[in-house]
Amino acid sequence: MVDALVRSLTCPKCGAPLTIRAGDLTVTVVCGHCNSVLDAKDPSLKILQTFEARVRPAPRIPLGTRGKWRGALWEVIGYQIRTITVEGIEYSWSEYLLFNPYEGFRYLTEYHGHWNDVLVLKTLPKTYRGGGLAGGGKPSAELLGERFQHFQTATATTTYVLGEFPWRVHVGDKAEVKDYVNPPRILSSEQTAGETTWSMGEYVSGEQIWRAYSLPGSPPSPAGVYANQPSPYRPAVGGVWKGFAAFTTALLLLAVWRFGYSPRPVVFQHDYRYVPPTVPPSDSEAAAAAFVTDTFPIGGRTSDLELSIEANLRNSWIYLDFALINDSTGTAYDFGRELSFYYGSDQDGPWTEGSNHDRALVPTVPGGRYYLRVQPQGQPVGGRLRYGGIEHADLSAVTYTLRLRRDVPWATAYGIALLLLVVPPLILVGRSLSFEHARWQESDYAAEDDE
Amino acid sequence: MTRSEATCPNCGARVEFRWSSAVQTVCPFCRSILVRQDVDLKKVGTVADLPPSSSPIQLGTAGRYRQKGFEVVGRIVYEWDQGGWNEWHVVFNDSASGWLSDAQAEYAVSFLGPQSAAPPSGGTVQPGEHVTWQGKDYEVTAVTVAHYRGVEGDLPFEYWDKRDVVFADLMTTDGGFATIDYSESAPLVFLGEYVEYHDLALTNLRRFAGW
Repeated sequence: MVDALVRSLTCPKCGAPLTIRAGDLTVTVVCGHCNSVLDAKDPSLKILQTFEARVRPAPRIPLGTRGKWRGALWEVIGYQIRTITVEGIEYSWSEYLLFNPYEGFRYLTEYHGHWNDVLVLKTLPKTYRGGGLAGGGKPSAELLGERFQHFQTATATTTYVLGEFPWRVHVGDKAEVKDYVNPPRILSSEQTAGETTWSMGEYVSGEQIWRAYSLPGSPPSPAGVYANQPSPYRPAVGGVWKGFAAFTTALLLLAVWRFGYSPRPVVFQHDYRYVPPTVPPSDSEAAAAAFVTDTFPIGGRTSDLELSIEANLRNSWIYLDFALINDSTGTAYDFGRELSFYYGSDQDGPWTEGSNHDRALVPTVPGGRYYLRVQPQGQPVGGRLRYGGIEHADLSAVTYTLRLRRDVPWATAYGIALLLLVVPPLILVGRSLSFEHARWQESDYAAEDDE
Repeated sequence: MTRSEATCPNCGARVEFRWSSAVQTVCPFCRSILVRQDVDLKKVGTVADLPPSSSPIQLGTAGRYRQKGFEVVGRIVYEWDQGGWNEWHVVFNDSASGWLSDAQAEYAVSFLGPQSAAPPSGGTVQPGEHVTWQGKDYEVTAVTVAHYRGVEGDLPFEYWDKRDVVFADLMTTDGGFATIDYSESAPLVFLGEYVEYHDLALTNLRRFAGW
């Protein structure tokens, strides 16, 4: 035997046709033509209420539409708009009542393009007043081990109804609604004089609903951030930090290898002696001090080359103008280095300034035969200042050692790499924080200064 | 499940018990409420027309609960100002008797509580009140004044000629469910849990046009 759930009726007030789709589960039915709430249990459809509606809203999913949703067929049979007022501003959302004669009822709610799939709970959450350490200040609720943070408490008023309902619906009904969130889920309690009902919503995209109900066009794009909207950044934050950790570890291991163990062959080393002129030299005199080294081979692939300088300066300076020249191509790498070293003592004790060591790194040098051209220039002996009250005229000769090493790790490069690695996580964390900020700006916990 | 047959003392029709331990049944032909007295059946009343129901469950519906098969053998129908609900009397294949309540397609299975699960004394409980049974904390979620509308099939006790009945519904934080039935002078406690439609694996359901 097949029983009928659908009944066709006529509105006793305006004569418009009415349909009841949920059989005897329907307690009240609304005539959308004259905005009358009718007693579906009464054979003569007693008028329970006639309400004023400023506008006649059109549900985005028309009544009577069936969609395959969460593994079953769900028919839209009722629609209501509920409104809360926060600081004088009204916020309204839509609730679609879905029916399946075997599975019962569920809801879809929509607020500015944000949708939730809602089921009435059959188990009680535990509520915590907050303020404690575990609650992090906000009141919270726990359902089967899952913790939700309090988001908002408001009085919701039913402002428009259409279709049929398995309870006595009434425009103007008020309920205290408390929302607790743990995206993508939202836990809500609705308290009326008689009882408290808990429900669980899960954030769903408009696209999913449009597909399930074969709706024309495309869903309205969501505006702003909704209470339980899952952050698009939060899942990525964990991943990006994992990536950061992996790359940093790799970088660290590479650095340990490069600085601690990898070979850095010396390709050239020589000691030199330079006697500064007594008066400042002319350009040609200075150029005459220049010399070239023997050629030396640099092996292997393109890599860096470190020139280190060790000098024995005593209260003087030396400037060394270098050119590293490829013997076969003539390619030259020009650079200069100035060393100075001063020492003495005053009322605070001995002091030194400058250094007798320096180094320069030529980043990319291909393999081949090279030689160095070196042009030293020092402090003219005659022009030497009395420094710190000590005369050093007899210590004018400077000896220095030049050493070229291949494959020397460059600490700065590792520092730059580390900085580059930290950029994506920081950007993502910043976006994630601003998303969460936007979420909580809509709650009872909005920062005052941002409003 | 052993079935037994009898003859309706009112109309002479053959009355088949779906459950051999039934204390009460209803003649499907003349709607006489029949109560077993020793080997005889005595008519104690008549069921008025039952309100139409859109429950998918009917007498003969079979299902499973905690790995035990059951069959629906009787029901009590209630109405209240926000709708109606059915308490389906179910008998398990080990002859245990329980209740499958269907309140607008919200399903719960419960059993008459043991002696230790006595209702709190001092009158009807109030919403928000807590009761502890068998070490579990139950919170009263609703107190409903329901109107008895009739019975059908086999019941484990005499149940007829009721009027307004006060029920208290209780829930736990882990899916537990309880009802206190204040219709008797000594209120009865039923303990159980909410169940998902799919978990009941119901068969022999009513069929609805278009579904």
